[in-house]
Amino acid sequence: MKGTYVVYRKELYRLFASPIFYVVAFIFLALVGYFFYSSVAYYSLLSFQAGRTPFLSEQLNLTDMVLEPFFGSISVVLLLMVPLITMRLFAEEKKTGTVELLFTYPISDRGAVLGKFTAGVSVLALLLAATLPAMFLLEAFANPPWPTIMGGYLGLLLTCSAFVSLGLFASSLTQNQIIAAALAFGALLLLWIIGWAETLVGPTLGSFLKYLSLLTHFDNFARGILDSRDVFFYLLFTLFFLFTTLRILESRHWRG
Amino acid sequence: MIEVDNLTKLYGSLVALRQVSFRVDQGEIVGFLGPNGAGKTTALRILTCFMPPTSGTARVAGLDCQQHSLEVRGKIGYLPENVPLYPDMTTRRFLEFAAAAKGVLRSRSRKEIERVMEVCTITSVAERLIGHLSKGYRQRIGIAQALLNDPAILILDEPTIGLDPSQIVEIRSLIKKLGAERTIILSSHILPEVSQICQRILIINNGQIVATDTPANLTAQLQRNLHVYLEVEGPRTEVMQKMEAMAGVLEVKPTNGESSYLIETSRGQDLRPELARTVVESGWQLRELKLQDLSLEDIFMQLVTDEEAGEEQE
Repeated sequence: MKGTYVVYRKELYRLFASPIFYVVAFIFLALVGYFFYSSVAYYSLLSFQAGRTPFLSEQLNLTDMVLEPFFGSISVVLLLMVPLITMRLFAEEKKTGTVELLFTYPISDRGAVLGKFTAGVSVLALLLAATLPAMFLLEAFANPPWPTIMGGYLGLLLTCSAFVSLGLFASSLTQNQIIAAALAFGALLLLWIIGWAETLVGPTLGSFLKYLSLLTHFDNFARGILDSRDVFFYLLFTLFFLFTTLRILESRHWRG
Repeated sequence: MIEVDNLTKLYGSLVALRQVSFRVDQGEIVGFLGPNGAGKTTALRILTCFMPPTSGTARVAGLDCQQHSLEVRGKIGYLPENVPLYPDMTTRRFLEFAAAAKGVLRSRSRKEIERVMEVCTITSVAERLIGHLSKGYRQRIGIAQALLNDPAILILDEPTIGLDPSQIVEIRSLIKKLGAERTIILSSHILPEVSQICQRILIINNGQIVATDTPANLTAQLQRNLHVYLEVEGPRTEVMQKMEAMAGVLEVKPTNGESSYLIETSRGQDLRPELARTVVESGWQLRELKLQDLSLEDIFMQLVTDEEAGEEQE
């Protein structure tokens, strides 16, 4: 793990020094703000109408109408944005040759991978934290269920770590940032929706695909259901891709 | 200090290094000399643990580069070819990162950074973004980061490439100064540079070491035959015939000039007086007559071409 903190600090500095972060942050927050506004506006519209029909008013609740779509939309925006944050992590170092500097310093491969990973997750955690005011706004006008909100944010954080680990892996495969981003985005999108194929294939493969799908596990979090299986899935997913990244880096030792 | 045994490196089917062995003692400044693509960078990358050899061993300070990679890396200051740096960091930021990466303690870090910046005269650009600096400054930042934590061994890959003449002189004198207390390996394809700075030269070509010695010895050793430059006004064919007929003359080559010749004579025989006499007796005008020293360039060319000729024969 030698060098984790050093690499972490360097990556954070470089992420904040690059315009990519600010563009991504702006677009992310603008989109999330729009989604939040539209779901809240729709909710309040329905609430007014529900005043006349008691049957409908029983169905209305913040979790289903606002929180779940809010967390769902954040996760989709993250799907689009994370590859842009992670694409440069290894690809750029390879392209500019700084990887030679990095790996001739007494820093272990593990330290480098972990430093870059934690830096990526930290930046995304900051973005997520920037969406919290929306929740406080909700608190001002309604009575949101805070445990559900906390569960949702935990799910988002775990999603971020899974996305970053896959993005980091994609970045370690190539020295071209665009290719890294495209690879990461394609793989994430596929893993996100692969559960939809459940009905097309047999029951065994179907349930396997559903388990593999990131969406299945995220849905529970978005509804405020905290299941240790989902937490375990995300952690395993993250570890798996960190491990493969490490193997890719080590392959320079035996590849011709 | 550095021991390399039978190092071989293959890139696919391409042989970058072939059974290379050499030693570098403590305090030596050794130059790696070779044409582009000879395997210099590959050898240095193996020594700095950036890539492993296909076979053979490289040991630095008694430690194997593969098994004790982190320890070895801690002992080496390395300037990679083309000086890769992070363009979006300031000089000081970058050096702070490099110092931390090399394990310089936080309390010492600031002083250490000031020291290397002073040695490399880059204090004036400490707060500027590296991406905005000229090649000369970046080269010096590269050397500065190599010097952090005072490594016992410096490995510099083409340290003066792309610099202007005054910067080259500066960097050379800096390397010489640093070499007083350190082991330095530098690579170059510029001969005068290596002969000026280094105590010993390793000439490498096609992945093999073709010669290793001090610059002076190399010159002496390879100067098998004497070359005499002769400029004479007279009928060309007749001059050539007469010269060739002289005892001790091996070859007469007309050079580019209208009436000049390069005469190769066997070793230890100075034919200049006889040549002069012949010219005068024949009634020609003698313009110039001088002994030509083989320059390092010639030796280098000779070694490199000998090698290729030998290979073709195989």
